[in-house]
Amino acid sequence: MSDGLPAPSDIQRGRIAYRRRRAIRSVLLAAASTAMLGTVLVLAVTGSPGWDRVRRSFFDPQIARESFPAVLEGLWLNIRMLVACAVLALALGLLIAVLRTLSGPVFFPVRAMATVYTYAFRGVPLIIVIYLFAFGIPGLRLRGTPGVLVLGGAALVVTYGAYLAEVFRAGIESVHPSQLAAARSLGLTYRQTMRHVVLPQAVRRVAPPLLNDTVALQKDVGLVSLAGPIDAVRAAQIATAENFNYTPYIVAAVLFVLLALPLIAVTDWVTLRAARRQNAGL
Amino acid sequence: MLRRHTIAALSSAAVILAAVAACAPADETSPSATASASASANPCPPGGLPTRIPGKLTIGTDTPAYPPWFVDNKPDNGKGFESAVAYNVAERLGYPAANVTWTKVPFNNAIAPGPKSYDLDINQFSITDERKQAVDFSSPYYLVRQTVITTKGSKADGATTIAGLKNAKLGAQVGTTSLQAINELIKPAPKAQVFNSNDDAKTALQNGTVDGLVVDLPTAFYMTGAELDDGVIVGQLPQVGVPEQFGIVLDKNSPLTDCVSDAVDQLRQDGTLAVLEKTWLAGTNGAPELQ
Repeated sequence: MSDGLPAPSDIQRGRIAYRRRRAIRSVLLAAASTAMLGTVLVLAVTGSPGWDRVRRSFFDPQIARESFPAVLEGLWLNIRMLVACAVLALALGLLIAVLRTLSGPVFFPVRAMATVYTYAFRGVPLIIVIYLFAFGIPGLRLRGTPGVLVLGGAALVVTYGAYLAEVFRAGIESVHPSQLAAARSLGLTYRQTMRHVVLPQAVRRVAPPLLNDTVALQKDVGLVSLAGPIDAVRAAQIATAENFNYTPYIVAAVLFVLLALPLIAVTDWVTLRAARRQNAGL
Repeated sequence: MLRRHTIAALSSAAVILAAVAACAPADETSPSATASASASANPCPPGGLPTRIPGKLTIGTDTPAYPPWFVDNKPDNGKGFESAVAYNVAERLGYPAANVTWTKVPFNNAIAPGPKSYDLDINQFSITDERKQAVDFSSPYYLVRQTVITTKGSKADGATTIAGLKNAKLGAQVGTTSLQAINELIKPAPKAQVFNSNDDAKTALQNGTVDGLVVDLPTAFYMTGAELDDGVIVGQLPQVGVPEQFGIVLDKNSPLTDCVSDAVDQLRQDGTLAVLEKTWLAGTNGAPELQ
């Protein structure tokens, strides 16, 4: 500390001491305020007249243990559905976004179809799409109709594909026109421009909202249980009906949070990295 | 069918509660006086109960009266499970078939407050606490069994034993005894498919995404008879869980309630009810027993 540098002046030492005092004070204040709010919340919840009843019907450790294996087995279905649907929905979304941003009068019908698709499937409630796919399509009695899991998954892909397409489109349109002009003037074709100039920037910019939609998808994949298969929430519902106790739902909720944590952490990290990179030149 | 009953019960419960509270004192005076008069001797003199028309027993049910509970929409032909039960109860009470008259009482009216046009009413009424506040119930004459139904030509069609259903993909409504029956009695190799409602389950059956459904027996008859185009009943399963109970409905605080309950209890103890169940619910055109 002392090598070469002159010792800090009295005033500077005073400043450092002052800052340290302020820092300690604010940490203590934050701790006290958190403790107080926590105490108030705990007292308000546990002191309420119905707390005993709520604790018995929502937080029964015995029932939590009993229902855990079934809920976990259901969660495995959620995870498999999530991975398959997320990959397919991202691919579909990207494809639609590229089609929607094609320029030139020849491609008008393609653009129109892509636009109608994104409008329609962002508008229709997911549950209804699943009903149409999982109950309607098998009703046609066509040969080789896939199982309800595949059909339910297709409903999810189609619905989320519409959302993701709009996110991708926002990214594509956020790339400045001068970039396109520069790429074309260098002799790149439209396809090469998209592949090497536009999409890399676009995807990087919209990575956080894309991951955000994936987190949302994780909770919605369970809706295929409408068609018969048992997911985590359905397994919890069955256990709840057997015991007249809501604890299995809490078990499922905790498992869902645990499942979401890594994805949310990745989202935060990607956002931070993107921000750092964008400001790297400054 | 049960759903209709449940909705009816719920919607009328509030009305009934209010009405019963209002007119309970008036209702109570006359029957208790009559009851105490005969109480000194036999409380249930054969053929001499304080019925609406002395010497006759008036029994109500809805029209149309559906199979297997009644046959040909004629309650007075003694055919069908409930008709047979009604005549057996009447006989125990000392009213031979000639002294039994039937009256048409819509399902909802039977459990509505106000004066009753019947002495007893038999119409697949499940015994519930809400309904007990509005009317009297006899002891149960039937405990509802779970039943497997399917469509013609499916994998479950033609199964005669529980083991014959092992490889069938079976569906049921979530949170029901039916689902419990699949998981505890049949334990099929493909996992049970679970639906939000019997309507969803029925659609899945029609689509062929499940091979069969488990529903309670009254619903099974209703679905295969009225709702599914080529629905067939595979058979009924042994008792599981806490079954729904059907009871004979009587006016609230009716002097006949205990006598009717005694009669039903006797019929159950001497095996008559079991025989009638076998004849009318499990026999031809019924739901055979799966073992």
